[in-house]
Amino acid sequence: MDFNGKVLKYGDNVDTDVIIPARYLNTIDKKELASHCMEDIDRDFVKKVSVGDIMVAGENFGCGSSREHAPIAIKESGISLVIAKSFARIFYRNAINIGLAILECPEACDNISEGDTVRADLDNGIIYNLTTNKSFKTSPFPEFIQNIVRAGGLVEAIKKGFIK
Amino acid sequence: MAMTMTQKILAAHAGVDSVRKGDLILVDIDRVLGNDITSPVAIAEYSKLGVDGVFDKEKVTMVMDHFAPNKDIKAATQCKMCREFCQKEEIVNFFDVGRMGIEHALLPEKGLVVSGDVVIGADSHTCTYGALGAFSTGVGSTDMACGMATGKAWFKVPSAIKFVLKGKLQKYVSGKDVILHIIGMIGVSGALYKSMEFVGEGVSSLTVFDRLTISNMAIEAGAKNGIFEVDERTIEYIKERSDREIKIYKADEDAEYDEVYEIDLSEIKPTVAFPHLPENTRTIDNVGDVKIDQVVIGSCTNGYFCDLEVAAQILKGKKIKDGVRAIIIPATQDIYLRAIEAGLVKIFIEAGCVVSTPTCGPCLGGHMGILAKGERAVATTNRNFVGRMGDVTSEVYLASPAVAAASALSGKISDPRACE
Repeated sequence: MDFNGKVLKYGDNVDTDVIIPARYLNTIDKKELASHCMEDIDRDFVKKVSVGDIMVAGENFGCGSSREHAPIAIKESGISLVIAKSFARIFYRNAINIGLAILECPEACDNISEGDTVRADLDNGIIYNLTTNKSFKTSPFPEFIQNIVRAGGLVEAIKKGFIK
Repeated sequence: MAMTMTQKILAAHAGVDSVRKGDLILVDIDRVLGNDITSPVAIAEYSKLGVDGVFDKEKVTMVMDHFAPNKDIKAATQCKMCREFCQKEEIVNFFDVGRMGIEHALLPEKGLVVSGDVVIGADSHTCTYGALGAFSTGVGSTDMACGMATGKAWFKVPSAIKFVLKGKLQKYVSGKDVILHIIGMIGVSGALYKSMEFVGEGVSSLTVFDRLTISNMAIEAGAKNGIFEVDERTIEYIKERSDREIKIYKADEDAEYDEVYEIDLSEIKPTVAFPHLPENTRTIDNVGDVKIDQVVIGSCTNGYFCDLEVAAQILKGKKIKDGVRAIIIPATQDIYLRAIEAGLVKIFIEAGCVVSTPTCGPCLGGHMGILAKGERAVATTNRNFVGRMGDVTSEVYLASPAVAAASALSGKISDPRACE
């Protein structure tokens, strides 16, 4: 799976409360959730984001609540991939389970700025910063998780018999 | 291969003799939980699986606690969706208004978790039940959906950090201060992807409720779970509530830990986490002059009877500071009733507090005590992120029920030991 997009960059410990504030959790409508994505950390996010954009952040991205509404809102807003130095564990599995692509790569995160154009090869764990001509290598997912991601999420993986 | 407590429970539920950190395994689950916010997403995903009923009508559990009693029409619609699903699927453990309490206080109280269980819940504070020697962890709604359908969940086997507890807590110092102290020490990602295992002679001096509070906030250090060694107190607590067999798992003597910390409980002081991360802790003697507008005593962290009792002890016969709103939320109906019978509710109301029906309400900025621009709250809850309890410029200070009650009296963050 390949991704190519403009970068929107955030810092450490971006929590799920700022990704999608609880006051909007009285709906499961994906478009409505996306319309409030990142509202409490970046009011202009929904105006700035374009389909295919890549989100880059620091340590412990998605910490806090287990709300799957957070990766849903990010995915539905048009973000194609999230690269972080590390992910909070529930966000990490939620992203995999709903088919939002993620990569962990501290070095890349230190060398990518807001507005850069980035290409990423998920299968091989390679990230290219096309703006600065630098590339970074990270570990691709283990096969078990790649199967979930390739199926398009956990529900599809179970339906297709990848997980019994 | 030597294993930690967590690894032993996971191995037993994966049907294998041993597991190692990093293994990806599929485990049988003993309970799958959801609430009125996460269950609607799970129900939608579950319907895509096309299965003929849930894997076990007793083990699927739903609690209407976050935006219930319904805070608005949308919240009402979400609860209705859960209610109708549970009726159709004949879910035994569906807890609606009148029976419900805050989920993580309710499940142990109802005897729905015992030592040795594997529990997944679509709520990050599902890690609470580690206090009872279970492996329990928060997951998302898709995990909940697939858990309801198959009775299984996938996990990467975690490594662990060991906390060896010794000594006894001082008066007005509680489990909340212990976990805030630990998070202050290791940081909000200090236990990322790992287990926190609590052992040592100090464990036996902690009440089951102190332990529930400590395990509850393991997620605030990024941990997958926070588990206590089972002792007589655990067994007594569970036996009063459940007839199920208790399985006790102890870590092997030579189990491998990433880090080991020794913690002397007698040295811990009342501790407060300043905005906007639970790791921004200060001991009570270093808080300075922080004026507050609101106090919240409740939540899945600190809404137990003993929490209300200590608050009542401090508030008895006194009035809270003019201009402070104090909101007391017993975590379950049973706790609420006991608080009425023991005269605690009378003490709170006479002191100028309000006492609410069980709900997660203000903890996550849902309802029942939202903060306006620039307002500050001392809360016994578990998170103080930007905008957590209301406006993005509002501030939440996390503390114990004793600190919260003392702060309600003075109108600023205060040491409960000075109320003597």
